[in-house]
Amino acid sequence: MTRSDLIDKLAERYPQLLSKDAELAVKVILDAMAGTLTRGGRIEIRGFGSFSLNYRPPRTGRNPKSGDKVQVPAKHVPHFKAGKELRERVDYPSSRSMP
Amino acid sequence: MTLTKAELADLLFERVGLNKREAKDMVEAFFEEVRVQLERGESVKLSGFGNFQLRDKPQRPGRNPKTGEEVPITARRVVTFHPSQKLKSTVEKNYSPARGRP
Repeated sequence: MTRSDLIDKLAERYPQLLSKDAELAVKVILDAMAGTLTRGGRIEIRGFGSFSLNYRPPRTGRNPKSGDKVQVPAKHVPHFKAGKELRERVDYPSSRSMP
Repeated sequence: MTLTKAELADLLFERVGLNKREAKDMVEAFFEEVRVQLERGESVKLSGFGNFQLRDKPQRPGRNPKTGEEVPITARRVVTFHPSQKLKSTVEKNYSPARGRP
């Protein structure tokens, strides 16, 4: 499923809304999520999962073409951890824990 | 600062003009559509943000950390998220470690 498929599905769910509203809603949600991570914040969506930043320490890398050593500075990378409901829904039925 | 469904619903109310009820439902529907696709075994690609993919993990040996007893970790399907190049580079540029860890 792509971003535009998601917009179509949301527009179908809400026939009273204009499809440009579904498009704008998806943009507002994704921009807010990206903006939060860019400012170093966390995202917590119950039943779906959480997004946070993981620290990557500086390291010495190599240019794969020339073999030269290059210093790679420290950085933060986005990280997602699936929530309980999502984890259980995607897993095989047999490995789901019984309540 | 933590972003939750409540803040996302407020943004839809302010910027899209949905009423409070519609805004709350829309946020719920957004994540539910993604879950439904993943549950069906389909990946979800949100351009500019990232991709959610599924990974089938074979059974592997594990240990109960309390008792030290060997117990197999059963085969399972898990979700992985790969941030887009755009998201990775804006985070890298705007959130530098010099400003502290999150």
